[in-house]
Amino acid sequence: MPAKASRAAFGEALIELGARDERVVTLDADLSKSTMTMNFAKKYPGRAFNLGIAESHMIGVGAGLALTGRIPFVCSFACFVVGRFETIRISVAYTNANVKIVGTHSGIAIGEDGYSQMGLEDIACLRALPNVTIVQPADEMETKQVIAWAVEHPGPVYLRLTRQNLEEVSPDGYRFQLGRWVTLRPGTDVTVIASGGTVFNALEAAKRLQTEGVSAEVINAASIKPLDEEMLVRSATRTRHVVTVEDHSIAGGLGGAVAEALGEMLPTPVKRLGVIGFGESGDPKGLYAKHGLDVEGIARSIKKFLNR
Amino acid sequence: MTADGKLDAIARACRVQIIRMLTHAGSGHPGGSLSVIDLLVTIAFGRLRHDPKRPDWPDRDRLVLSKGHAVPALYTVMARAGYFPEAQLITLRKLGSPLQGHPDRVALPGIEAATGSLGQGLSIACGLALGLKLASSPARVYCILGDGEIQEGQVWEAAMTAPKLGQPDHPLDNLTVIVDYNRIQLDDFTARICDLEPLVAKWQAFGWPVIEIDGHDLAQIDKALDQAEATHGGPTLIVAHTVKGKGVSFMENNPEWHGKSPKPEEAVAAIREILGVTEAAWPDYLATDTATRAIVDELRALGKK
Repeated sequence: MPAKASRAAFGEALIELGARDERVVTLDADLSKSTMTMNFAKKYPGRAFNLGIAESHMIGVGAGLALTGRIPFVCSFACFVVGRFETIRISVAYTNANVKIVGTHSGIAIGEDGYSQMGLEDIACLRALPNVTIVQPADEMETKQVIAWAVEHPGPVYLRLTRQNLEEVSPDGYRFQLGRWVTLRPGTDVTVIASGGTVFNALEAAKRLQTEGVSAEVINAASIKPLDEEMLVRSATRTRHVVTVEDHSIAGGLGGAVAEALGEMLPTPVKRLGVIGFGESGDPKGLYAKHGLDVEGIARSIKKFLNR
Repeated sequence: MTADGKLDAIARACRVQIIRMLTHAGSGHPGGSLSVIDLLVTIAFGRLRHDPKRPDWPDRDRLVLSKGHAVPALYTVMARAGYFPEAQLITLRKLGSPLQGHPDRVALPGIEAATGSLGQGLSIACGLALGLKLASSPARVYCILGDGEIQEGQVWEAAMTAPKLGQPDHPLDNLTVIVDYNRIQLDDFTARICDLEPLVAKWQAFGWPVIEIDGHDLAQIDKALDQAEATHGGPTLIVAHTVKGKGVSFMENNPEWHGKSPKPEEAVAAIREILGVTEAAWPDYLATDTATRAIVDELRALGKK
């Protein structure tokens, strides 16, 4: 399959699911062209609601709809929707409302628009909320499976999606399961756990490291809350070294979650790769290089970590 | 007895319970509970289609108390309606009680929305109203906003979209929104903190039909609710002019009583006033009204602890 943005795969999946399940509705805050719900809105105009640039209200309407049995996908850029944290906290999480919060344009990979449009702290915020499940798919196939799963899953879900195209990484026959990760490449020296837009680069970095005599195990962690603690401990027991790779702040994201879990279950050195500080405008490739999330940067950091 | 007379008696009984439970809790919000109780009683008894035995009945009417700090008033109404025993009211704010300090939808069946973080209830009410319309349900949604609460920006996001949401096939004419306009917020009078005026003109400018009433006149409340129900094509706003602390002279119109509970002796005095009994007649009254006597004894015992 050609590379595809997870937001685009999401938009396609919604249309399929919309035909099967009339409970599915979408809510947008004037970004439906960017969140890719626009085509769902064209196909099912009576089930798509654009509330204007009013994210808090959109989340609340989503909660109300969920409480009457609809399955609302509440969509905006990750930073804007999660930025309305207090509304998510009470109207969705505390209420345990069956709302699917979709944050697109996650990470510095959006590039030129700069920091104000980059979702970089969304996982950290939502990880703190009981009842909220967090999933970040890594390619088209996984995204479509995750969206179908989210429709069936009772309870609040945060789906973290990308603007940029994602190369295919999932193995044939892969089925997404909540709380289950997948090993994309076995290895013995270090466990590399990536999620979403960084999985492909992590895999490429592992290939490069192989030529330099380092055997890196690469895991795709789509399920961020809950983690796959079983796979985490099993892999870390063997490798004794864990590196996390994410296009998110290194504080409180996947890396934070992994470090917390290992700290309690199997104290293991963990290196968190991700974004430090604010993002900025620039071309996505250049930004990834600057933050060490390109193939070269990931490989370099892993080697440095192993040789520390 | 007229319907109004009956509701009036219920409202009085609920006021007594509000005072009782807040005194037991040792904290909470009497002022806003007493200003909103007549609205709640008028909606809940004889109007709201609901079944306490089936709090998840899909076609029930929904009541969202967006000013969640006034939830003691809602609890008294729910207890009276049969959602839980009246004896449970005094567990308000106690560890393990479903009667949380602010409404918790998960803890207490019958609560429609978790509120208390101000500004969120109207959005949820809009979603409920839209969802009911999509499901072709005849159910209505009532949402009560505090006046101070509408200083929150999210309320105006909701106000701006609600008259347009669902149009043209599913207009939210199943939604009645009421502002409990008691003119006092936590810190002071609303006019001194951030004046809401011209309140009616603001909502009208956002496309809402607005009805102004005395929020303690049960007949006026009932008539306005009828009028809202008869309005088609969009939601209706009722601005209910109320008195914070209504029914207790020393609490009325006094910002001090926004968020503190009465001491036991204050509570007994409040209950006497609510029941309209003079100090001189009080001992004789208590000798005949054994239910009130029990509440008063219980409160006096609290004072001796």
